[in-house]
Amino acid sequence: MNKLKYVGHPVTRIDSLEKVTGSAQFVDDIDFGPNLLYAEIIESTFAHAIIKNIETSSAERVPDVVKVFTGKDFPYKFGLYMKDRFIFAQDRVRFIGEQVAAVVARNPKAAKIAAKLVKVEYEPLPEVLDQMEALKEDSILIHPDLGDYPHVPWFFPKANTNVAHWRKTRRGNIEKGFEEADVILEDTYTVPRYSHCAIETHVAVGKFDYSGRLTVWASSQSPNVQRNLFSEALSPLGLSHKDIRVITPHVGGGFGGKAGVTMEIMVAAIATKLKGNSVKIRWTREQEFYNTYQRLGVIAKITLGAKKDGTITALDHKLYWDAGAYVEYGANVVNAVGLSATGPYRIANISIDSACVYTNLPPGGPYRGFGYSEFLFGLESHIDRVAKKLGIEPVLFRRINAIKEGDTLAYGAKMNANGLLQAIEKVSKEIKWYEGKIESEDPVKVIGKGFSIFWKAPAMPPNASSSAFLKFNEDASINILVSGMDIGQGYLTVMAQIAAEILSIPPSRIRVERPDTDRNPYEWQTVASHVTWSCGNAVKKAALDAREQIYDLIERTHYLDRDTIYLEDEKVKSRTKPDFELALKDFVINGIQVEDGTFKGGPITGRGTFMPEFTSTDADPETSQGGHPNVHYTVGAAAVILQIDKETGKMKVLKVVEAVDAGKAINPDLVKGQVTGGLMQGLATVLYEDMRFDNKGKMLNPNFTDYKIPTSMDIPDEIVPIIIEVPQPDGPFGARGIGEHTMLPAAPMIANAIEDALGIRIKSMPITAEKVALAILKKGEK
Amino acid sequence: MINLKFKVNGKEVAIKVEDSKRLLDILRDELGLTGTKEGCGIGECGACTVIMNGDAVCSCLILAGQLQNAEIETIENLERDNILSNLQEAFLEYGAIQCGFCTPGMLMSAKALLDKNPHPTEEEIKTALEGNLCRCTGYIPIIDAVKNVLDKY
Repeated sequence: MNKLKYVGHPVTRIDSLEKVTGSAQFVDDIDFGPNLLYAEIIESTFAHAIIKNIETSSAERVPDVVKVFTGKDFPYKFGLYMKDRFIFAQDRVRFIGEQVAAVVARNPKAAKIAAKLVKVEYEPLPEVLDQMEALKEDSILIHPDLGDYPHVPWFFPKANTNVAHWRKTRRGNIEKGFEEADVILEDTYTVPRYSHCAIETHVAVGKFDYSGRLTVWASSQSPNVQRNLFSEALSPLGLSHKDIRVITPHVGGGFGGKAGVTMEIMVAAIATKLKGNSVKIRWTREQEFYNTYQRLGVIAKITLGAKKDGTITALDHKLYWDAGAYVEYGANVVNAVGLSATGPYRIANISIDSACVYTNLPPGGPYRGFGYSEFLFGLESHIDRVAKKLGIEPVLFRRINAIKEGDTLAYGAKMNANGLLQAIEKVSKEIKWYEGKIESEDPVKVIGKGFSIFWKAPAMPPNASSSAFLKFNEDASINILVSGMDIGQGYLTVMAQIAAEILSIPPSRIRVERPDTDRNPYEWQTVASHVTWSCGNAVKKAALDAREQIYDLIERTHYLDRDTIYLEDEKVKSRTKPDFELALKDFVINGIQVEDGTFKGGPITGRGTFMPEFTSTDADPETSQGGHPNVHYTVGAAAVILQIDKETGKMKVLKVVEAVDAGKAINPDLVKGQVTGGLMQGLATVLYEDMRFDNKGKMLNPNFTDYKIPTSMDIPDEIVPIIIEVPQPDGPFGARGIGEHTMLPAAPMIANAIEDALGIRIKSMPITAEKVALAILKKGEK
Repeated sequence: MINLKFKVNGKEVAIKVEDSKRLLDILRDELGLTGTKEGCGIGECGACTVIMNGDAVCSCLILAGQLQNAEIETIENLERDNILSNLQEAFLEYGAIQCGFCTPGMLMSAKALLDKNPHPTEEEIKTALEGNLCRCTGYIPIIDAVKNVLDKY
């Protein structure tokens, strides 16, 4: 391959000037004019109740109120993978904060005053807040009609239970595997719920014009999913996809929380009843906590067997997920883990059960890591403990069992090319893993080291696809139209770099446009860390398509063999005729004039689509064998040096090293940015954040004072990102995604470092200073 | 209603607004300065930080009545201010931006610090930025960017 000019270089992000000057427009910054209406949402005050009556007349009489809507106005279901949600609650509510009604008014103040006057009469039902309770045979049913809900073919809901989906994966002979083991360890790990905490809350504006077109502006990672679900849910109103337009300007952080459809469905629906007006809903920080997706909680029971030589012989991994009141998206988190809960290990005998359980808590959904952070906390803690029992050094134990290219995965397909062993080696070296214990100079403090490896595959429907249009302008600058979203990761820049490389035009001369479903071609959604890979392939194909058109034209007009021409510095050049040189700007729109005075060619526009044509979810529901549900896994390793104050339990990260196999880092600076930011988000879930609910299901800390996300005072002393590049054969320039992965190892490596320092094993997250201090006290009492 | 006279980015502003209107809304809705963002509305996240009479403040916590004769500086002051534009350049260079939503507030907190203390220590930088939450970057590139600007003074 020729030397790469733009790919692999730390190009400055192409949207940074907009962002640094305050020019970047987020949904809330767009001026919708004086007729903009504001909707205030009336929320359920019970975790589980029947709605007996909704009294709206006093609210309707408040000046400036336009209309009050309830579930009766929109008796439609929606959902991404399973249709279990309603635009507004119908006959019952299932979590505290669920939308029951909306007051639409000419100003926010009137809407707020009127919303307080809407009286909802409830008949409370017993609430189920714990997944193990909800699993019991005599539990009250949260969705009595579950058996009738439409869902994707790879979900297996159990009618007349609270089990929305149960993914079973079986391989080898689990009993035999445990018989072969010299050591077997069984234990349970608990991970609570978490909140994404993007600094921009959800905002959506809907407008239904007099011609019957619905436009929705949304802070969303998923414009095409939004259009599709709006269209499905509102099809009784005669709306089809072409009548719906979703525009997503800049998004102020997503982390999965702005994937799929949540509150946006309300503006879409309400707008259809208020022709000619724009209607806005802007979530408060509180609502952002309790009525968008939350990360699912999980209780994981792990039994792992291994031989004296360090070979893992069997893994039985049972995961019970607190998936919340609606699981239309969250059930796929459960599914993804059910296929991958072996972690990046080669294990011959496997049994995984991943159960998606309804509870009367807010809906669980996608969150950076998509279930992998949750199961890796238990598994990577367990790996350390089994190694200790075997008397094998824990990193060596990982090396012995680390999955390699061609090894069989839990569902029977083969593992992709990967740099896991390289990652382990580089991290061990950088953290000085084998150089012994670090003694603290301060007698009150102790220092421990912790290690963790990780993997994750994109969790996508088998036909999730991306597409791209590429348009040349008169001066040979380029506009690329795609429908992936830059949620901060730098996606737009990476797309520009890929096109730049193929067409030999600097990224600074390329604009990549944010999604508008009327203008930009289809993208499944910006989730699963798949857009660099999938949309990158589409953009590469679009650029190659444009290049072919250029070569065709040169061949036709200059009689040069296409194999002898190439692009360089915005020009067409020839290997055989050194004098030949034609600037792209001279013909990419207006064509090339030939001898007879006519013009040939015309505007050069590239088109590219990408769909992974080798994936399938068709598998035996009892074993998950037979399909190929995942496209590939991204792997990595990380380690931490942690200082703990024995008196207060307060912890300080002295150094953290993380290696991730990007296949090819299209933009190394952006990859390092993901490592730093992702690690910080991961460390926050283990050290600080703690979502609390009372015994009625009300979230107690929906604000940043009580739900602590890290500040600039909480950063590690040192973060060392390491990029591994074992190419992904079907990735653009060998690239694969890394965005979510960077936070995966944080929690288990902290737990492992705590055990290393104090000899205390903590098996539930978060591991706050308080929890550590109490554990130290308890240990002292023994 | 209150008749207000104050300065925004060096320009005199005279408007009539409700006493209870927040500075954040005055900037965004009345003056069209949407560079200042709202992240929580209760002074916890710092996304709405502007400089008022030399101090970094959360504009969601300042009411119209407090604004009489005040001097306000927002992210839109870039063209006029050397420290701010150097900071912005450093943010670009050090990858201190991801989604960009906290960026305006972060820049204003950093500028308020440098206006008062042109050579802060790392601890002083961290303290000055403590009230500005960022969920994307992990803060390190932001602190590096601010440190880099110091060399220019």
